[in-house]
Amino acid sequence: MAFLDKHAIIEKNAILLMVLSLLVVSIGGLVQIVPQFYLDNTIEKVDGMRPYTPLELAGKDIFIREGCMNCHSQMVRPLRDEVERYGHYSLAAESMYDHPYLWGSKRTGPDLARVGGRYSDAWHVDHMTNPQSVVPESIMPKYSFLSKVVIDGRYIQEEMATNRFVGVPYTDEMMAAGLEDFKAQADPDADTEALLVRYPKAQVRNFDGQPQLTEMDALISYLQMLGTLVDFSTFTPDASR
Amino acid sequence: MWDYVKLIALGAVAVLAAIAASYARDLAYQVNAIEIMIAAGIAFLWVLRHTGPKVAPSKLEYMDDVVRAGVIATMGWGVVGFLMGVTIASQQAWPWLNPDWSMGILNFGRLRTVHTSAVIFAFGGNALIMCAFYIVQRTCAVRLWGGNLAWFVFWGWNLVIVLAASSYILGATQAHEYAEPEWYIDILLTIVWVAYLVVFMGTLLTRKEPHIYVANWFILGMILTTAMLHLGNNLTVPVSIFGSKSVSLFSGVQDGMTQWWYGHNAVGFFLTAGFLGIMYYIVPKQAQRPVYSYKLSIVHFWALIFMYIWAGPHHLHYTALPDWTTTLGMTFSVMLWMPSWGGMINGLMTLSGAWDKLRTDPILRMMALAIGFYGMSTFEGPMMAVRSVNALSHFTDWTVGHVHSGALGWNGMITFGALYYITPMVFNKVGIYSVKLVAWHFWLATIGIVLYISAMWVSGIMEGLMWREVDANGFLVNAFADTVAAKHPLLVTRMVGGLFYLTGGVIMAYNLWKTVTTAPSRATAGSVVPAE
Repeated sequence: MAFLDKHAIIEKNAILLMVLSLLVVSIGGLVQIVPQFYLDNTIEKVDGMRPYTPLELAGKDIFIREGCMNCHSQMVRPLRDEVERYGHYSLAAESMYDHPYLWGSKRTGPDLARVGGRYSDAWHVDHMTNPQSVVPESIMPKYSFLSKVVIDGRYIQEEMATNRFVGVPYTDEMMAAGLEDFKAQADPDADTEALLVRYPKAQVRNFDGQPQLTEMDALISYLQMLGTLVDFSTFTPDASR
Repeated sequence: MWDYVKLIALGAVAVLAAIAASYARDLAYQVNAIEIMIAAGIAFLWVLRHTGPKVAPSKLEYMDDVVRAGVIATMGWGVVGFLMGVTIASQQAWPWLNPDWSMGILNFGRLRTVHTSAVIFAFGGNALIMCAFYIVQRTCAVRLWGGNLAWFVFWGWNLVIVLAASSYILGATQAHEYAEPEWYIDILLTIVWVAYLVVFMGTLLTRKEPHIYVANWFILGMILTTAMLHLGNNLTVPVSIFGSKSVSLFSGVQDGMTQWWYGHNAVGFFLTAGFLGIMYYIVPKQAQRPVYSYKLSIVHFWALIFMYIWAGPHHLHYTALPDWTTTLGMTFSVMLWMPSWGGMINGLMTLSGAWDKLRTDPILRMMALAIGFYGMSTFEGPMMAVRSVNALSHFTDWTVGHVHSGALGWNGMITFGALYYITPMVFNKVGIYSVKLVAWHFWLATIGIVLYISAMWVSGIMEGLMWREVDANGFLVNAFADTVAAKHPLLVTRMVGGLFYLTGGVIMAYNLWKTVTTAPSRATAGSVVPAE
């Protein structure tokens, strides 16, 4: 094949080889990634999605820090058994404020996309403290230390600001009340009326039953919110997506 | 003059790291800053003690000292990575091995990342850097370009690994699989990787051979693409310059798409193209036969690097990623089967006329087995990328088994082959200390892989079927916990398989150590010879 003999031109010129290789490997990614930002139907228009409350955001950080996503997905696929087991399949809109996304790639434990409201706070505390005490078959590690680590939300406003910078719609009001909201959400004595206006459907209570605000409160506030925000009466599936 | 620039730069890094450590907001960042400070301090002292006029190394000699260091690092990190694998496999089989008192540090969730980074980036990365430096010198018939820049690549890479591992166990992660290191480690990694590209390209540009050998196409493709992927998937905004936490620029769908564009091509380029480059050099050398087909190498090189990039979305079938993207990903994944097997055929058929050596040469046998596993994984992969198969296999242990048939079978075995081939070469020895121990390593590793992947096939398909099983009335039959309980014997088998593989690795380390210390030396040192 005389055509292939021309390859000698490329393999005698290192710069040409470099430039051509780079061109060839760029195409696939450009075609698949760039349109995700521009096509209108990539993310469905649904009501109910809001940014995380400051305490939920801290809970999400703990979820990431402990590597929970290594074993728990947050992506219900539109398959019969999954919808049966976990609830409505996940929408793109439901993770649009997740920087980074946390869909996961492995289910060593069950999916958590709709775990919110499924178990009581006390169950979560027991489960996190000693998983085998509530699910004997479980192979999850113990996370009892979360109840002992007291948190003060020292840097939460900066993290909200960074999220706002990358596109999460935190309002000026949310930003200003960041630390206040952080402390109020798990404090049964706090006035949380304004917090609930800022963050509809936020769950306000003492999650771990202890007087002080701990990592356990933050993590449970996050878990109890997962999958509860979207109002599915406003959702119409797009067949051509 | 240049020494003073280096001293000032290193001193500045050490001081800045000390400042960063004192203002640190979290432990991972603080420990990392201290590590950087120590590394810069050691480098400062080293440069200080070596100031003054230098004897330029002979241009007629290969720069093999950095390859020797690479051999040791590859071997050491390999054993560490396998040990971490056995550890976390045991934690899955027996959850009490996650100690509550460690405050999460020794839990599966954090150690899993240490394992994946140790095997991919520490073991695999050192193998790639070491082999690239060895191969590019021989096939270009020149000394590595850039002098001590190659040493910067070696030490920089290993510093990145130490920083990453210590940050993971202390809780810093970007949560992007295989791209977990936080922003400041990513910046350092970028600098090191660009230096790697500069050394490699510099050597290619100063070569004395008219043609660039095929192994170098694959290695160059790997370096370039890895740079592109690393930059694309690590676009994050740090919350503070004094903390490890960062927020990724993209979210949800776009972030997932970008992550698997990266994740799949970390496999496709870092673990495939780069290691094919190694194969294209060491298999012909060990078999003493020329590469089977030059034309096939051209066709499958360009086809492979073009198609791999498209395959990422097959990790996201049935998710919220738009269907058109996953359909594209699936189509290209199936097409990718052909260029992948092009590489397998070209590697395996290189043994034409030398098949008899498989009986007597366990090193060649190891390489042939590696190519066999490469062919098997690159068939299994496209099959699992088909949407209907993926509906069953996704989220299960089957995926883990698939990854390990590639990682243990292909990457591990070809790297062992490369270590057994290169070690006597760069340490100027007549051969490996004990061929019998190589045969032991071969069989232990092979049995380990077979135990591992068959356990994961059974476990993965079983849990996939159990999850979807419904009774006559349409109700789910199994609770999730039932599937976890059913997997226990298979998780134990997987751990045993890993233990076999680890034992093989330890035997290799012993064998290489004895080769360096006791095997007889060759008469002449490695001077420049024409490329073969």
